[in-house]
Amino acid sequence: MSTEPYIILSAILFTIGCVGVLVRRNAIVVFMCVELMLNASNLALVTFAKANGNLDGQIAAFFVMVVAAAEVVVGLAIIMTIFRTRRSASVDDASLLKY
Amino acid sequence: MTAFWILAPIMVLAALGILFVRKAVHAALLLAVVMISLAILYLALEAPFLFVVQIIVYTGAILMLFLFVLMLVGVDASDSVVETIRGQRVLATVFGLILGLVLVIGISQVTFGAAVGLDDANEGGNIPQLANLLFSKYVFAFETTSALLITAAIGAMVLAHRERLTPKESQAGAAARRMREYAETGRHPGPLPAPGVFARHNSVDTPALLPDGTVAQDSISRVLAARGTVRSAPALSGDIDEIKRQLGQAPEQSPEVAGRSDAAASTEEGDQ
Repeated sequence: MSTEPYIILSAILFTIGCVGVLVRRNAIVVFMCVELMLNASNLALVTFAKANGNLDGQIAAFFVMVVAAAEVVVGLAIIMTIFRTRRSASVDDASLLKY
Repeated sequence: MTAFWILAPIMVLAALGILFVRKAVHAALLLAVVMISLAILYLALEAPFLFVVQIIVYTGAILMLFLFVLMLVGVDASDSVVETIRGQRVLATVFGLILGLVLVIGISQVTFGAAVGLDDANEGGNIPQLANLLFSKYVFAFETTSALLITAAIGAMVLAHRERLTPKESQAGAAARRMREYAETGRHPGPLPAPGVFARHNSVDTPALLPDGTVAQDSISRVLAARGTVRSAPALSGDIDEIKRQLGQAPEQSPEVAGRSDAAASTEEGDQ
């Protein structure tokens, strides 16, 4: 079985997530695109685990999932706090440090 | 590979959809499609534990958290179409395409060879073998995870917590405030009149009528009044005459009047 298509799919998904972070303005959607990038890297890790015949890649993917869960909790709490004070979930509106 | 060739186009399309849909809820649902498809690919890649974790943790927990926050922030908090930095969208797309091309071309230059497969590594079951690795080679990383998780939990609690600035109003305080308002401004201290006192329309969008036949303004919910979905009482009283006309009855032969005279007659019979 060839593993190359899986890696290419992972690269495509990572690219889409990357463009999403740059293009979208809603902070929650930006966050979803970050999750998409993490998922894409997970797919690559699991594929490499199969290609190399050991489980280290799967362990790495597992740790990525744990870190992603913790990151989402804190990130969404920050987004909610910003929304509560500024009544906006747009990444452009949080520009107080700019001026 | 069959699962891959079915799921890969679906995943790419759903991921592209995240870029283009207006509403954040739709983006979340498309992300769910990507994540569930990814879980099935994990199964095809001989990672049954990660398949389950992907479904439970990612699709079950993280995505539901996203949906909850969307609910709190407001579902209609959609993206603004206005571009704040000029040319940013075009540049981002161009650089994204370049990144994708570089990645895909770079990967296709490499020969991976035949996959070794996980039959040896998974001997005795995928989960026991993962546990062997996790609690021996990666035990320090695993222990560090606990610190990360507790930091995340405390961080979320601290960030989402809101301090109460005024003391909570007690029941006795509310009663005293209502009576004080009655004394000062004449505001009625009791509950608002209930909506919907017609015989055929007892829903909340029908206002209550005062004894003189006018509408009790307080009985209508402010939300319904703002939406403009409140029925008007005179319009409803009009169709009663219409129904009577359809039945071919003269107004004095209407059921309530006839029933009343019947009842009067029966009581007279009872008296005799």
